[in-house]
Amino acid sequence: MRIGKDLVAAAATPIVLGILAEGESYGYAILQRVAELSDGQLAWSDGMLYPLLHRLERLGQVESNWVDAPSGRRRKHYRLSAAGEDAFAEQRRQWAVVTDTLRRVWTDRTERGLALPDGAGA
Amino acid sequence: MSEPADAQLAQWRHYLASDPALAAADLDELESHLRDQIDDLESVGLSGDEAFLIAVRRLGRTDELSREFAREHSDRLWKQLVLGGEASAEKPERSGALAIGFAVLAAALVKLPALWSATEDVTLRNVPIFVLGVLAAWFLVRAQAVRSSVAIVTVAFVGAAVLVNAYPFAAGADTLLLTVLHLSVALWLVVGVAYAEGRWRSDRARMDFIRFTGEWMIYLALIALGGAVLTGLTLGVFTAIGVDVGRFVGEWLLPCGAAGASVIAAWLVEAKKSVIENMAPVLTAVFTPLFTAMLVVFIVAAIVQVTADGLSAFDAQREVLIVFDAALVVVLGLLLYTLSARDASTRARWFDALQLVMIIAALVVDVVVLSAMVGRIGAFGASPNKVASLGLNLILLVNLAWAAWLQFGFLRGRLTHGVLERWQTSYVPVYLTWCVLAAVVLPPLFGFA
Repeated sequence: MRIGKDLVAAAATPIVLGILAEGESYGYAILQRVAELSDGQLAWSDGMLYPLLHRLERLGQVESNWVDAPSGRRRKHYRLSAAGEDAFAEQRRQWAVVTDTLRRVWTDRTERGLALPDGAGA
Repeated sequence: MSEPADAQLAQWRHYLASDPALAAADLDELESHLRDQIDDLESVGLSGDEAFLIAVRRLGRTDELSREFAREHSDRLWKQLVLGGEASAEKPERSGALAIGFAVLAAALVKLPALWSATEDVTLRNVPIFVLGVLAAWFLVRAQAVRSSVAIVTVAFVGAAVLVNAYPFAAGADTLLLTVLHLSVALWLVVGVAYAEGRWRSDRARMDFIRFTGEWMIYLALIALGGAVLTGLTLGVFTAIGVDVGRFVGEWLLPCGAAGASVIAAWLVEAKKSVIENMAPVLTAVFTPLFTAMLVVFIVAAIVQVTADGLSAFDAQREVLIVFDAALVVVLGLLLYTLSARDASTRARWFDALQLVMIIAALVVDVVVLSAMVGRIGAFGASPNKVASLGLNLILLVNLAWAAWLQFGFLRGRLTHGVLERWQTSYVPVYLTWCVLAAVVLPPLFGFA
């Protein structure tokens, strides 16, 4: 299954905020976590993550610093700021409404039977 | 990581290094990502070349990546527009010819009011509108702007022209000068709408326009210097052979040259971005300390003066208050230009602390001027100049006070630089509103005197 571009774009920010809420991380590890959480179904070009992280940084939602990994490789680590925590909580509330609505509309349809054309509405 | 992947990676980096949308730190970050990915792929048995190819492929197409980075970091894009490549497709000769055409148009329009009326008032009323109008038109034509931008700009300029010519100003009225001054600032911001190509709500586009304004002034100053040399020599050589060209210089060369230069300066800013870009940090680094020193010394001198003579030292002359207004506007301009030229991703440095000192000093001066102004209005009654000055001071006071607070937060590492920038960009409509208000309301309020 391929998930639409717009949906991926809309989901990217809350997902990244959510992953950073688990703790400090860096680009490659964030992408691996996304793949792991979505069983590889949710994917975007790896490079696109970085402009997104930079935007969140400019908005003050994440902070970053360069860290020398034990392997000697330099990595830019990102973590949630206080404003980022708020933004994450807000995103979470909004998405909860969306997913609840979707779940309700789908279970309603199933109960009425999918074959019936739904002309009456409310 | 294997040898061949390493070599490929070096080539990849070299290739992307020429992309203005990607800074060295971004390349470091992307490279570290690729290295992680290649390591993982090699560990499951891929060869170095294969691992490199897959890693780069997953990163995404270079042009899309570059565009994404450019969109986020439009301050870098400034160097050379990479978005869609439209701007780079524009041939330099063509854009130069277009700019020269509009410059000639601006120069010709300066003399147009003189055709139907010889009074200076008519020229004063219309020339700023004509020159700024040509500048806005140049931006619109150049970018083949969307219809909504054209509509906004046209309505604003036509409205300004109607207003300034329909008001029955008395001859040599103070309010005429005030209206023209405020309308010019308002129309400059309308030029910003033309500049932003429909993105005038975006804070990045507004910051770009602030940067453009600073660089436009620098180019204009450079052209003016050259123009002064030309004018001096023209007067000199013709006087030597007994021909008086004073009238030609005063009535044609200077006004037409200045109008044309305003378009040419805008074109130079756009065409030669990287030249000034190297100068901006130097200029702000030189003048921020100097202006800070000037303000601090002034405050000390003022305290000494007031303790010696009492508060009467201040409510003296009107000209003095206007000088302070000008100084505050310059400080704000310096602050804005520094903000726009700064790399937003770097952390606070000593220079930012110095900037805070400058803002606080400006605030103190602003409060002093404001209290002197209120005193003058209380003692002598309101006049158009005083009200205009009072409004400007209040607006600057609010801006500087909050800017100082944000700067303090930035220095303590609690705020990012983006917050400072957004405060300034979201404040731009306040200037527009005040300027329109002052231009429209002040003249009837004071009987067009």
